Amino acid sequence: MELAAFRDEIKAWLAANVPSSMHGLPVVMPSETPTEPAEIVRARQLYLKGMSARGYTAPRWPKAYGGAGLTVDEARVLQEELDALRLPPALVGMGVSMIGPTLLVHGSEEQKLRFLPKIVSGEHRWCQGFSEPGAGSDLASLRTDAVLDESGEHYIINGSKIWTSGAQFANWMFMLVRTDRTNKHNGITFILLDMKTPGIEVKPIRLISGASMFCEVFFQDVVAYPRDVVGNVNHGWTVAKTLLNFERSGMGTGTLGAGTRRAAASSGHLVKLAKQTTGEVDGRVADPSLRDRLAQLLMDELALSLTVERTTAARKETGAMGPEMSMFKLYQSELGQRRDELTLCLRGSDALALDAASGNEEGNAATRMWLHAKATTIWGGTSEVQRNIIAKRVLRLPS
Amino acid sequence: MAMSLTLSSEQQLLRDNAREFLRGASPVGQLRRLRDQRDPDGFSRELWGQMAELGWVASALPERLGGMGLGYTELGIVLEECGRNLASTPLLSCVVLGAGTLFEAGEGALQREILPLVAAGKLLLALAFEESPRFQPYHVSCRAERVAGGYRLHGHKRFVLDGASADKLIVSARTSGAVTDRDGISLFLIDAQQPGVQRRMVRTLDSRCAADFQLEAVEVPASQLIGQVDRAADLLDPVLDRAAVALSAEMLGLNQQAYETTLEYLKTRVQFDVPIGSFQALQHRAVEMFCALSLASSVVYAALSAIDERSSKLPLLASAAKARMTDTSRLVTREAVQMHGGIGMTDEHDIGFYMKRGAATELTLGDSAYHRDRFARLSGF
Repeated sequence: MELAAFRDEIKAWLAANVPSSMHGLPVVMPSETPTEPAEIVRARQLYLKGMSARGYTAPRWPKAYGGAGLTVDEARVLQEELDALRLPPALVGMGVSMIGPTLLVHGSEEQKLRFLPKIVSGEHRWCQGFSEPGAGSDLASLRTDAVLDESGEHYIINGSKIWTSGAQFANWMFMLVRTDRTNKHNGITFILLDMKTPGIEVKPIRLISGASMFCEVFFQDVVAYPRDVVGNVNHGWTVAKTLLNFERSGMGTGTLGAGTRRAAASSGHLVKLAKQTTGEVDGRVADPSLRDRLAQLLMDELALSLTVERTTAARKETGAMGPEMSMFKLYQSELGQRRDELTLCLRGSDALALDAASGNEEGNAATRMWLHAKATTIWGGTSEVQRNIIAKRVLRLPS
Repeated sequence: MAMSLTLSSEQQLLRDNAREFLRGASPVGQLRRLRDQRDPDGFSRELWGQMAELGWVASALPERLGGMGLGYTELGIVLEECGRNLASTPLLSCVVLGAGTLFEAGEGALQREILPLVAAGKLLLALAFEESPRFQPYHVSCRAERVAGGYRLHGHKRFVLDGASADKLIVSARTSGAVTDRDGISLFLIDAQQPGVQRRMVRTLDSRCAADFQLEAVEVPASQLIGQVDRAADLLDPVLDRAAVALSAEMLGLNQQAYETTLEYLKTRVQFDVPIGSFQALQHRAVEMFCALSLASSVVYAALSAIDERSSKLPLLASAAKARMTDTSRLVTREAVQMHGGIGMTDEHDIGFYMKRGAATELTLGDSAYHRDRFARLSGF
């Protein structure tokens, strides 16, 4: 279809099917204490239902698996029209951004048909069972084991996972388990697990921000099935690397592009804040040192978003997505932290009251974001691990 | 997508051809020879002739003026390859700054006379616009006094790129206003040999030749006025944007090469019985160089496209490109020397030539502090 005709179709559909109360709403992650009024919660559900029925929650995935089967350009048009109406993504999370794209690469046909449509609809909410108390940056040293019982029909899982984002809200987990203790990398299996299975205990971890985004998950004689192994037994590390690339790039559904656009949109907000709090002289931010930091930040964000666009364009031609995604993870997280640090400086003591009952709510939100974002250079492989990966796999430096 | 973010197959071919040609015709050893022989031009006229034959000198001018009608992206590709080999050429000074300014003023008799000669490599044109050590293009104290039939110029111009060899100069001079006013500046075409023009060659640390000029009662007929009286800044703004981007493209090439040379050294230099590239402290610094180059190159290519598409975002992208590339160059070329250790300090090794050209380009046409401030102003803060 012509792109222009496609755009008209999208416009018409969004106008007819999306509740107007959705315009301008922020993205929400699942949380313990939903704060939105009931009618907004209902509107979000309707929005998700409509979008997922058309496959728009996973626009690039094939129609056979519940996606919309859109081309890169069509998916971009869809995103542009969503942005134009200031619509939040109907569905976010590890389903569409991480395990779904990984199943498309490594899953069996049966697994794709069984799992992908339920990711698209939002019925399955996924969490990631990778890190363990003794396996952080050195992920492959994980010890949670899965032993095949005598019947050969069940794996019995014992051990624990940590830093599991959103485990308290998830109903499925993709996880790495040890199936061979004698072989570090080639003794790991990638398996899918129903969170309702008996023997699983989830404990939220209270963080420096006061929130609990992460959990500890304990497994005691938990039953899993061979048909839920992704890829080959003992070769889960390969599958995990694919998934980590999707995680790092955020490109599983093209959300990285959307993220950088959102950053650009909030530049105006930051500039306004700088003028408000440091003063304005001849239309300029009065403090030259903060002005310079702001310019440097916005320029670096521009450079990153242009690089993402350039890589996406090159990827469209070669279809390759590789370890250079580590660079995006590295820079996006560090730039985000720089933005948060600058925001704190600009707000001054307004940023110091953390309690919702005191201080100014905008300042509090900025401070919570600053604390929350400290995780971004640690999770998904620390910045140091990303530099190791780039050194080894892109620069080919010797070990 | 408005911007072309990847090269077309023709552009790829141009890159391959430029790389092969420059590697043979102008390796770093050529720059070393020019320096050691104290060449009066600071570049090889033979190479310039060959580049004119290849159409590179004419690339960005329209065909009716003897040009090739190609774009700045193509010129940028050639400049990037020049950077890789540290090829010393007047592409920036004569084509982008000199011819670019003349062409920006429209297509009159002067353009029809001069530009085909430039395109053919037969006339060297330079832009004499700077007067202070830090980049302030509209700080002009040089005066143009109105006299019967034309103007008379008094003042000085400095750091004129390739000014030592220029046949003709475009000089900015004040026709009204105060020394730092953007308005009130006019441009004049003069002969570098004409009475009243005193030239002093300046050999720069990157083994090139600039020149300072003293102008004493230099007579200029009214026909040699370029563009409108008092309105030079309107012509120079876009030209200096294009020049900052073109120079950034050359910087990209020289920094890529310095990085690749260093990476190779990390893989082959053995100390403590292992290649030094196996040390994490050096690996992470090499990764910083790689990432900085990837990010800067995206901005440079976006800025080159913006020139060709006549995008209104050019000023912003030009400043972003020059600032990012300048910071990247300061990181990459300094780390390159440091990581080479003692051998990097010697004149015998090429890596020092890269650092010196790097430093010269960083300070030319505005450093990163200048361009960050301009970026902020253009962004409304």
